Amino acid sequence: MERSASQSTASSQSKSWLSTTAKETIAGYLFAAPMLIGLTIFILIPMVSLFFISLTKWNFIQGFRGVEMIGLDNFRHLFQDKSFFVSMLNNIKLLLAVPFTLLFSLVIAIVVDEKVYFKSFFKIIYFMPYISSVVAVAIVFQILFHPSQGPVNGFLMSLGVTNPPKWLADPTYALPSIMMITVWTSIGFNMVVYLAGLQSIPKDLYEAADIDGASSWRKFRSITVPMLSPTTFFLLITGIIYSFKTFDLIAVLTQGGPAKSTNVMVYEIYDQAFVNLKMGYAAAESVFLFAVILLITGIQFWGQKKWVNY
Amino acid sequence: MEHPISAPNVSSLHRPKRAKLSLTKIIVTVIMLVIGIIFLLPFIWMLSASFKPEADVFKYPVQWIPHTWNVVENYRAVWFGDPPFMLYYWNSIKVSVMTILISVITSAMAAYAFSKINFRGRDTLFIIVLLTFMIPGQAVLVPQFIMYRSLGLFDTHIGLVLLESFSALGTFMLRQAFMSIHSEFIESAKIDGAGHARIFAQIALPLVQPFIATYAILRFIWTWNDYQAPLIFLRSPELFTVQLGINRFADATGEYYSLIMAGTCSAILPLLIVFLLAQKHVIGGIALGGVKG
Repeated sequence: MERSASQSTASSQSKSWLSTTAKETIAGYLFAAPMLIGLTIFILIPMVSLFFISLTKWNFIQGFRGVEMIGLDNFRHLFQDKSFFVSMLNNIKLLLAVPFTLLFSLVIAIVVDEKVYFKSFFKIIYFMPYISSVVAVAIVFQILFHPSQGPVNGFLMSLGVTNPPKWLADPTYALPSIMMITVWTSIGFNMVVYLAGLQSIPKDLYEAADIDGASSWRKFRSITVPMLSPTTFFLLITGIIYSFKTFDLIAVLTQGGPAKSTNVMVYEIYDQAFVNLKMGYAAAESVFLFAVILLITGIQFWGQKKWVNY
Repeated sequence: MEHPISAPNVSSLHRPKRAKLSLTKIIVTVIMLVIGIIFLLPFIWMLSASFKPEADVFKYPVQWIPHTWNVVENYRAVWFGDPPFMLYYWNSIKVSVMTILISVITSAMAAYAFSKINFRGRDTLFIIVLLTFMIPGQAVLVPQFIMYRSLGLFDTHIGLVLLESFSALGTFMLRQAFMSIHSEFIESAKIDGAGHARIFAQIALPLVQPFIATYAILRFIWTWNDYQAPLIFLRSPELFTVQLGINRFADATGEYYSLIMAGTCSAILPLLIVFLLAQKHVIGGIALGGVKG
C-alpha cells in the first residue's frame, strides 16, 4: 500500500501536483456521488427519520406543529390493535400462495425446458402475466370474477353450480381470490429463474443416472430437486418478501375489504398514513414491516450458508 | 465433466431413444399449448371485450370472436374521451424516459467507480449501497411523503422520477458487468493518458452495452407498471400516469366495461411491444438477477 502510493507520487510529480492515488480517490467519489447522494436523500434519510416519526403522534393536517413526542406509545398500541393484527394475519395467510407458485413454476419450467418444441414461445406465454401492469390485470380479474355478470360465475352456473361464490365480494373467498391472481402473475418470474437453474445442472449427472437405469421420477427426486435447492430457496425468500409487500392488487380490487378480510400490512400503513393521516402510527407500523423483512433477509443470509446444497 | 471420454458413448446410447420420443414431445407440446391458452384466457377475454359493443361483453356463452365489431368506436372513446387517455400515456412516457435516463446514468457511473476505480473507502460505500437494498420501499413511504410535502416535490413529475430513479439494484447489476471487463483495457488507456471520464464513456460503457439495455428495459417495465408511488405522490389528475389513469377511468366510466377493457389493453400494449422486441434481454435479465440473487 505505502510503496505503491510513494511510487505513484514519484512518477506523477513532474506532471501534476496531485498524486495518482489522490486523483483516483477524487474520480471514485465523483463517479459514485450522484447515486450516493440520491440514495442518501431518498432512502437513507427517510429510513432514519422513520424511527423518529414512529415515536410521535403526528396528525399531518396541522403540519410540523402537529408533532407530539409520545415515546413508545405507538408500539404499545400496535400490539393491541386488532386491525393491524388482522392485517398481519392476512399477510401470513397470503404466504400460502408462495409454495403453490413454486410448485407450478417448477413443473412448467421442467416441461418447457426439455419436453416441448418451440421452447421460447412457451417461455413468452407463461411470462406474459408477470410483465403486464398489475392495475390492468386487477381490473380484468375484477370483471371476470364479477359475482352476477362475470364469465367465471357464468361458467360455474352453466356447470350446474347454483350458488357460485361471490369471490372478491365475499369475506371468505376474497383472500383466496387474491392468492390465485398472485400465483398467476408470479409464475413467469419463478419459471424463468427455475429455467436458469436447470441450465446449471451438469448433464452428465442425468447420463450417469440413465446408465444406472434410474426412472424419471427417481432422477427428478435425486438430481433435479436437490440441485435446484439454491434456486428454490432464493425463490422462496423472494416470494415471501414480495408477498409481504403486496399492495397494488389490494388497492385496486378490494381496498382491504370486505370486512377487512384482505387488509394486508402495506395497505394498513397506506390507510393509516394517507387516509387517516396518522403519520406517527403509520410510521410505527412501517418499522414493524421493516423488521419483518429484515428478519426474512437475515434468514436468507444464514440459510444460503448453512442449508443450501450447492 | 469428470468423465469426458465416456460422454460420447452415452450420447450415442441416447440417440435412438430421442427419435422415438418425438411423438411424446409433440403430444406434450399440444397439451402445453392448451394449458397456455387457458393461462392467457384473461388477456384473450380482455382483448375480445375491448372489440365489442357494450351489450355483448357479458353475453354467455362468451363470444371469444366478437359477432359485432366496435373496435374503432371503443378505442376512440378511450383515447380521445374524457378523462383523456392520451394525456396519461404522455405522462407515463415522460416519467419512464426520465427515470430510465437518470437511473441508468447514475447506476453506470457508480458501478464503474465500485469496480474500476481504486479509492479509499470504496468497500464501505459499496456496503452502504447494498444495505439500502434491504430497505423495502413501502417502509419509507411516510417519511418520503412528509419530505416531499416540505420540499415541494409532492405532486410533480420530477419528484416521482427522483423517487423511482435511485436503487441499489442497477448499481449492483452493472457492477457485475463492469467487473467482467479486463483491467488491461483500462490500464492501457490510462497509460495513453486517458482520464476516467474518457475511459468510462469511450471504453467501458460500449463494452457493457447489452447489460445497460437489459437494465433500462427492466426499469421501463417497473416504472410503467408502478401504481403505489404515483398513487401517493401525485394528486392532480392532469399529472396522472397510465396506471392511475385506468383506475380513474374505470371509476369514471362505471359500467362501460368494453371501454375499460380498451383502456387496459392500451395500458398493457407498450409493455407487450417492449417485451416481445427485447424478450431475450428481459428474460435474461430476470434469470441473471435471480440466479445471482
